[in-house]
Amino acid sequence: MGIGFIYPEFEVIRNEARCIGCRICVRECANGVHSFDEKSGRLLIDETKCVNCQRCVSVCPTRSLKIVKSGCVFRENANWDTGTIKEVFLQANTGGVLLSSMGNPKPFPVYWDRILINASQVTNPSIDPLREPMETRVFLGKKPSDLRRDASGRLEYNLEPQLELSMPVMFSAMSYGSISYNAHESLAKAARELGIYYNTGEGGLHEDFYAYGENTIVQVASGRFGVYEGYLNAGAASEIKMGQGAKPGIGGHLPGTKVGADISRTRMIPEGSDAISPAPHHDIYSIEDLRQLVYSLKEATRYRKPVIVKVASVHNIAAIASGVARSGADIIAIDGFRGGTGAAPTRIRDNVGIPIEMALAAVDQRLRDEGIRNQVSLVVSGSIRSSADVVKAIALGADACYIGTAALLALGCHLCRSCQTGRCNWGIATQRPDLVARLDPQEGSRRLVNLLTAWKREIKEMMGGMGINSIEALRGNRLMLRGIGLTEKELEILGLKAAGE
Amino acid sequence: MKLYEGQIRIPSGCAISAVISTGGERMTGKTIIESMKPMHDRSNGLGGGFAGYGIYPEYQDFFALHIFFTDEESRVRCESYLRSTLEIVRSETIPTRTIPEIVDEPLIWRYFVTPLRSVLSSMQVDEREFIARVVMKINTDLSGSYVFSSGKNMGVFKAVGYPEDVGRFYRLEEYEAYCWTAHGRYPTNTPGWWGGAHPFALLDYTIVHNGEISSYDANRRYIEMFGYKCTLQTDTEVIAYIADFLLRKQGLRPEELANVIAAPFWDTIDRKAPEERERLSYLRTVFPSLLITGPFSIILGFEGGLMALNDRLKLRSMVVGEKGDRVYIASEEAAIRVMEPEPDRIWAPAGGEPVIVRVKEGMY
Repeated sequence: MGIGFIYPEFEVIRNEARCIGCRICVRECANGVHSFDEKSGRLLIDETKCVNCQRCVSVCPTRSLKIVKSGCVFRENANWDTGTIKEVFLQANTGGVLLSSMGNPKPFPVYWDRILINASQVTNPSIDPLREPMETRVFLGKKPSDLRRDASGRLEYNLEPQLELSMPVMFSAMSYGSISYNAHESLAKAARELGIYYNTGEGGLHEDFYAYGENTIVQVASGRFGVYEGYLNAGAASEIKMGQGAKPGIGGHLPGTKVGADISRTRMIPEGSDAISPAPHHDIYSIEDLRQLVYSLKEATRYRKPVIVKVASVHNIAAIASGVARSGADIIAIDGFRGGTGAAPTRIRDNVGIPIEMALAAVDQRLRDEGIRNQVSLVVSGSIRSSADVVKAIALGADACYIGTAALLALGCHLCRSCQTGRCNWGIATQRPDLVARLDPQEGSRRLVNLLTAWKREIKEMMGGMGINSIEALRGNRLMLRGIGLTEKELEILGLKAAGE
Repeated sequence: MKLYEGQIRIPSGCAISAVISTGGERMTGKTIIESMKPMHDRSNGLGGGFAGYGIYPEYQDFFALHIFFTDEESRVRCESYLRSTLEIVRSETIPTRTIPEIVDEPLIWRYFVTPLRSVLSSMQVDEREFIARVVMKINTDLSGSYVFSSGKNMGVFKAVGYPEDVGRFYRLEEYEAYCWTAHGRYPTNTPGWWGGAHPFALLDYTIVHNGEISSYDANRRYIEMFGYKCTLQTDTEVIAYIADFLLRKQGLRPEELANVIAAPFWDTIDRKAPEERERLSYLRTVFPSLLITGPFSIILGFEGGLMALNDRLKLRSMVVGEKGDRVYIASEEAAIRVMEPEPDRIWAPAGGEPVIVRVKEGMY
């Protein structure tokens, strides 16, 4: 209290008439919002600790809890909004860098929502996906530029290694450490059942999950945690993480408190030590250094597995991607500035990078202008929220999408954006065994499979409406999109016509 | 304001027809013109055209450039460009007949040309690549000039009008070909321009096409990586460039071209014997962006043969008939019956199943 006091953001309201005093809320809130006072025999609420994760609301058997915005307001100011004032107080209190989690919540334009999808009328029949085949299978990897025949005239199958996806969506990189064992197990199981891939993130691959190797992309980031020959060969592809949309130019830091025995073994670092990923890879200070790492990984995997290079969408992304395409990468993953994170400096997350829609459009066009688009596949992320976003991304030019936040939502995440505290009540972004146990991998994987099965159906419906029966014919098919409420310049960058044109 | 081809995208429905003699026997243009009459209602008078193969035997070693000019000034400019890179052995106006059904004709010329050897060797390209580049250059850079036919011993004749009138206009009964293809157009917009009619041609490849492809922009943006410029914004143009790219530049065979643009469904590929499965998977994986979706029936003409192909769902009609050494293809059986009242065999090929007809070696 006093000068440093910040009034709580939320108010937890208990409907006393409905509450039966079962105390489930007390047990379920790892933040300690709910408590039982033995003396008075009453349930108490400390809303200063509430992050609005909705756990207590969801588990309350009598629906007696709800969380609302607290009504205590500063004097209105269009320039100094409440959030900004509170952040100043917080920094004046602590002297620290502000930390945040998940994607950029600021009201920047979401271009997906300003793009509309086409459908057939009269001149061209739409196709009913319930009656006709509708293909969503995608192959990621380099495509040869020239065909060759042997002496007998047979085509030589000179194809570099490819990733085969049943639909153009994968689970994006989230490390073991940033999320829990059970979250990883859910993702791995779902990826296998769906015929797609999940991504280990930079935290190595837990020994239990080598069994899912065929559906796993193993990541190599600047900290090189858990990277060795067996790890690289366990996955279907390896991914060099050069950057992340939520924090371009910034490394990572998993506090030692989260590095228990299991994570220590998986990451190959001492128990209790901080796992620090440097901002750059200290063996990659330029594009030619990247080429060396790409080929090191290819050598280590005997050229049997494609190499993905993941970069954050920053201002000069088209030139960067073009350089990466020429560095031997088979696939480029571009992460937009609304992409999620387990923890990032708030200022970085909210102010650095560019929207994925712009980055994708610019990169796809640049690679075509240079005649090398077929030499590399493009995967985009940050943030893909629905099947419509997937369809728009593919039509803009992506080969596939990564989803992170949407997958976590399916696992129970309510986007309270407090991952960095390690007290995730949904058992996702935490290493506390009692919390992790709340996420049942069977149910988690079932929910992920449900989500993507639903998306796949919707993608087929939209494709059928356009008279397209294979996802390849949608890729880069920008005439199937129109922009609405965009400036000439934005349309030009997106390569779209305006609605009505 | 009049909107021209290339300024907007114009989808169209259509009629197509073809006849070929596998023995290489020459037929006048009369038969193919007749075949278009029963399909009159499949066109709307906004475009018709023909391609004939084997029509210029006396100039068979020279590329025959058919060019539309909007005015004399354009012709002079274009000819001076041609002379700078090519040897012109003959130039003339293409003979036409004045009929009330065909009006507003541009200047229509043809040139029999051969590239200068010195230019070929300094550019390090073969003569076909060189001619393709010349065509692309004229069509994109020289406004007022449009090359609509550029192969050897073959020619395209097209105009705004109904196909049977276009045939009479160009006096096709005076030409003899071992293979004819024809097209009647039903565009859903009003093109004011002759270049937009079919067949669309590059070198000896010609395409007549009925349908509206939904993969257009995916195909276009891919093919433009390889030096092609889709100036007309029509499906037929992009299909012709795909054929040129896959057949000439990548060396695919016509059946392999069909396996790319009308690739079998993955479910079908997965059920094939291992060798065929590997071949089909390879082609589909290497050229995913050249898969053509949406309804189409096309006839691809090339030196010594043709290929007819439907989209893989067969969303457009197309029938094939045979009699002796003749093979007939058309949007409707009625058109075939006009050319041959009693064919030995008549059938509708399945979607994605190419019908490839070749003239016997040495007979064309």
